[in-house]
Amino acid sequence: MASKLMQRRRDRIDELAAGADEGVSLAKDAMRRMARNPVAITGASIIAVFAVLAVLSPVLAPKDPFIRYNELTDRLRPDAIPGPMPGFLLGSDQNGYDFFSRLLVGAQQTLIVGVMATLIGVSIGIVLGGLAGAIGGWVDTLLMRFTDIMLSFPSLLLAISIAALFARTSQWTVIIAVAMVAVPIFARLLRGSMLAQRHSDHVLAATALGVHRRTIVFRHMLPNALGPVIVQATLTLATAIIDAAALSFLGLGDPDPVRAEWGLMLANAQDYLEVKPELAFYPAIAIIVVALGFTLLGESLREALDPKTRR
Amino acid sequence: MALLEVRDLSVVFSRKGQSPFSAVDGVSFSVQPGQTVGLVGESGCGKSVTSLAIMGLLPRRSARVGGSVAFEGTELFSLSDKEMRDRRGKDLGMVFQDPLSSLNPVVPIGLQVTEVLERHRGMARKQARAEATELLNKVGIPDPTRRLSEYPHQLSGGMRQRALIAIALACRPRLLIADEPTTALDVTIQAQILSLLKELVAGTETALIMITHDLGVVAGLCDEVNVLYGGRIVERAERHELFAAPRHPYTHGLLDSIPRLDAARGEKLSPIRGSVADNIPWDGGCAFAPRCPNALRTCVEVTPELEWHEGRLLRCHNPVQPAALGVGSKEAR
Amino acid sequence: MLRFVARRLLQAIPTLIILSILIFAWLRSLPGGPAQALLGDKWTPEKEAQLNATLGFDQPIWLQYLKFLGRAITGDFGNSSVSGLPVLQEIGQGFAATIELSFFAIVIAIVLGIPLGYLAARFHGRLLDNLTVIGTLVGVAVPVFFLGALLKFVFADELGILPPSGRQDVTINATTVTGFATVDGLLTREFDATWDALLHLILPSIALASIPMAVIVRITRASVLDVLDEDFVRTAESKGLTTQVIRRRHVLRNALLPVSTTIGLQTGLLLAGAVLTEKVFNWGGLGSLLAEGIERKDYPRLQALILLAASVYVLVNLLVDVSYAIIDPRVRVS
Repeated sequence: MASKLMQRRRDRIDELAAGADEGVSLAKDAMRRMARNPVAITGASIIAVFAVLAVLSPVLAPKDPFIRYNELTDRLRPDAIPGPMPGFLLGSDQNGYDFFSRLLVGAQQTLIVGVMATLIGVSIGIVLGGLAGAIGGWVDTLLMRFTDIMLSFPSLLLAISIAALFARTSQWTVIIAVAMVAVPIFARLLRGSMLAQRHSDHVLAATALGVHRRTIVFRHMLPNALGPVIVQATLTLATAIIDAAALSFLGLGDPDPVRAEWGLMLANAQDYLEVKPELAFYPAIAIIVVALGFTLLGESLREALDPKTRR
Repeated sequence: MALLEVRDLSVVFSRKGQSPFSAVDGVSFSVQPGQTVGLVGESGCGKSVTSLAIMGLLPRRSARVGGSVAFEGTELFSLSDKEMRDRRGKDLGMVFQDPLSSLNPVVPIGLQVTEVLERHRGMARKQARAEATELLNKVGIPDPTRRLSEYPHQLSGGMRQRALIAIALACRPRLLIADEPTTALDVTIQAQILSLLKELVAGTETALIMITHDLGVVAGLCDEVNVLYGGRIVERAERHELFAAPRHPYTHGLLDSIPRLDAARGEKLSPIRGSVADNIPWDGGCAFAPRCPNALRTCVEVTPELEWHEGRLLRCHNPVQPAALGVGSKEAR
Repeated sequence: MLRFVARRLLQAIPTLIILSILIFAWLRSLPGGPAQALLGDKWTPEKEAQLNATLGFDQPIWLQYLKFLGRAITGDFGNSSVSGLPVLQEIGQGFAATIELSFFAIVIAIVLGIPLGYLAARFHGRLLDNLTVIGTLVGVAVPVFFLGALLKFVFADELGILPPSGRQDVTINATTVTGFATVDGLLTREFDATWDALLHLILPSIALASIPMAVIVRITRASVLDVLDEDFVRTAESKGLTTQVIRRRHVLRNALLPVSTTIGLQTGLLLAGAVLTEKVFNWGGLGSLLAEGIERKDYPRLQALILLAASVYVLVNLLVDVSYAIIDPRVRVS
C-alpha cells in the first residue's frame, strides 16, 4: 500500500518535472536547431576531424614522432632546418624529429591537455557550485566570495601564479593551472542555475510532495543545469588550448623536447621563425582552427539552448 | 476629401527559411479630419501592423507592403524615405503601447520632446524647451519644468504615457495613431489617459485612429469602429449601431465577453472559444468559422466578402440576428 | 553619487584583503618554503636562517601575515633575486613602458572596434557582418604571442619597415623626462624620438589590441542589434527624426553602455596580454619583468607583480561600475 503510494508520487513528480521544464523536448529541439545551423555543422565537423586525428594519429604517423632521425640531425644547422625530403613529408623540426608525424600526434596531445584541463575544471567547479547551490547559507556565501576573488584575477595571471607553484614544470603544470582558472566559472554557473531552479515549479512541486532533498538535487536540479555547463565546457576547451600554449611560451610547460603538443611546439618554434617559419605556422593554424571549432560549436549550442532566440 | 484613405492594404512577412506569413490582407478604411476611428480585435489580428504600415515603420527587409495609403491625397507608399521622415512626427503622430520601453531610458524627457520640435518646427533649443514645458503642462504633467530634466524611469507609468502623448502631439499632427495606449497601465490610470486623449482631439482637426482589443475603450471614444479578424475587416459600423446590434458573430462574442455591471448575479462570462490561428486561413472559407457559434456549411467552403448589409459593412454568411441579442443570444449558442 | 562611490570602495576592501591572504598563502606554499623561494639562486643555509630571522618566518603565522601586509602597504616587497634591486624600484621603471603600450593598444581596440561592431550590426546578415563575426572569432583564437611573433616576422624581419623590438632606438639618444617615450619627445622637442617611439609601438600594440578589439567588436555588434529592436528606437522613427540623430542619440548612446563595461574589463586584462607581448618584443615593461621573473623563479618580483595586477584589476572594475553609474541614469538612483 505504502509503496504503491510512493510509486504514484514518484511518477507524478517525474511528470511534473518533464512538464515544467520540458527538459527532453528542449534538448531535442536544440539538436534539431543545431542540425540546421551551418555554424554548428562547421564547428562540429572541425571537432570531428580533430577527434579522429587525435585517436588515429599514432597509427597514421608515417615515422616515429619521438625519435630523432640521423638523416635529419645531420643536416641541422643553426641557420638551416631541413625541409621536405623523401620519407619526411615536412622535413625536420628544430631538434631533428619528423615534423609531420609530430604535427599529427600533436592532435592527440593537445586534445589530452584541453580535455583533461576542462574535465578537472568542470568537476571541481560542479562540486563547489553544487554544494553552494544545494546547501546555501554560509557555505554558499563563503564559496561564492572565494570564486569572486578567483575571478578578480585576470585568468592568464591566475594560471601563471598557479603554474609557478610547481617546483618542476611538466604537462600537468599546464593542465592544472588551466583547470583551476575554469573552476570559479563553473562553480558560479552551476550555483546560479540551481538557485534559479530552486523556485521553479517542478522543484517546488517535488518539495511540496516531500521528496528527499538529495533526490531533488540529483534527479531534478542537476540534469537541468547541464545545458549551460556543456556550453561553457565547449567554450572552455578552446581557451584551454590557447592558454596552454601561452603558458608553454612563458616557459611553464613541459621542458622535455620529446613532448609533441601544438602549444608547446608553437612556443618552442618561436626562435626559429626566420629559419623555418612552418615550424610555428602549422601548429598555430592547427590551434586556431581547433579553437575556432570549439567556439563555433559552443556558441551555436548556447544559441540553440537559449529560449530567447527560439521562435 | 478624406484625411486618410487606406485601400486594400496588405502586409506579408517573410523570413529566410520560413513560409511567408500574411498579417494584413486587403484592409480598406478612411478617416475624416477630426474623426476618431477604432481598429478593434484580438492580438494577432493585424491591427498594430496596419498602423505601423501607415506610419511606414515596418522593417523593410522582412515586410512586404501592398495596396495604397493616401494622406490628404498624397500616396505615402510612393514617398521617398526622406519625404516620409518629414511627415512622421509632423503630420502623423503615434502613441505606443508600453510607455516605459517606448521612451529612451538614457535621454532626459525634455530632450525627447524638444528633439521633435527642433526637427519639424525649426525651433531653437531654448524656444523648444519653453514649448516642451507648455506641452507637458497641457497633457497634465505637474511641475513640467522639473520633469524636463528627469529620465523616464523617474516617472510613473501614467506620466510616461502622458509624456509620449505630448511628444506625439508636439507638432499638432493632423492624424494621431494610438496603439493600445492604455493596455500597459493600471485601470484607474487607463481612464485618465483615455479622457486626456479625448479632450486633446475634441474640437480640433486632429483625427485619431484608436487601436485596441478593448471594446470598452472604443465605446467612449470612437465615431466609427472597424473590427478586424485574421488580418481582414469583418465588420464596420458607426459606434452606436455597433454596440446596439453587433452583427458579426465575432463582434458579438467580443461584446459578450466584457463583464457587465447589469448582468444577472451568477451569470457567467461567455468568452470566445479558441484563439487566433497563427496563419490566416481565409482561403476557401471564413477564418472565424472554427470558433464561430453560427457557422454553417458554406462558412467552411466559401470565403465571405465584405458587403453592405443594412447600413454597415459585414463579412459573414450567417450574421447574428438583432432579435437574438441580449439574453436570447445565449440560448442560441 | 558620492555615496555610491564610497560604497563601492568599501566593497573592494574585503576583496583586496582576501587577495592579500591568497598571495601570502601562495608565497608560503612555494616549493622549498618561502625563504628558499625568495633567495632563489643565492640560497645557502646561512642566508636562509638569516632571512627567516629578518622576515620573521619563524614567528606565528598571523603575525607573519600582518607583517607581510604592513610591508605590502608600504611597498616593500624585498629585492629581486635576478637584479638585486628593490622590486618596487624595478616596477617603477617598467611601469611607464607598460602603461604606454596598454594605452595605445586599448585606443586601437576602441577606435577600430566600436565602428566595426556598429557597421556589422547595421549590415546585419550581410557579407560585412559575416566577415566581421568570423574575424572576431579568429581574433580570439589566435595566441597573442604568435600574432606578435608573426607581425614581427613579416614587418620587421622580412619587410624591414618597422623595428623588431624595444621601445626606442638607442642611436636616437632621447632624453627621459616622464618615462613615456612618446610624451618625452614632445616635451623636449625631440620629435624624431617621438616618431621613433611611435614606430616601435605599432607592432606590439596591434598584437596586444587583438583580443580586446575582437571582444569590443562582438559586444558592440550584439548590443547595437539589441537596441535596434527596442521600442524607443521605433518611437524615435515615428517622430521622423533624421537617421543621424536616431543613430547617435537613440541607438549608440544606449548600445555603448555594455560596451563601456567591456572596455573597462579588457583594460584590466591588458597586463596579462602584456606579459606575452612584451616578451615577444623585448619591451622592458612590467610584462617583461613578469616573464623574466617566471623563467628565473624570481618570487619577490612575481609576488609584487601579481598583487599589483590583481589590485589594478579590482580597481578598474570599481572604476567601471562608477563610470557606468555616470553614464546610465537608471543605476544612479537604485
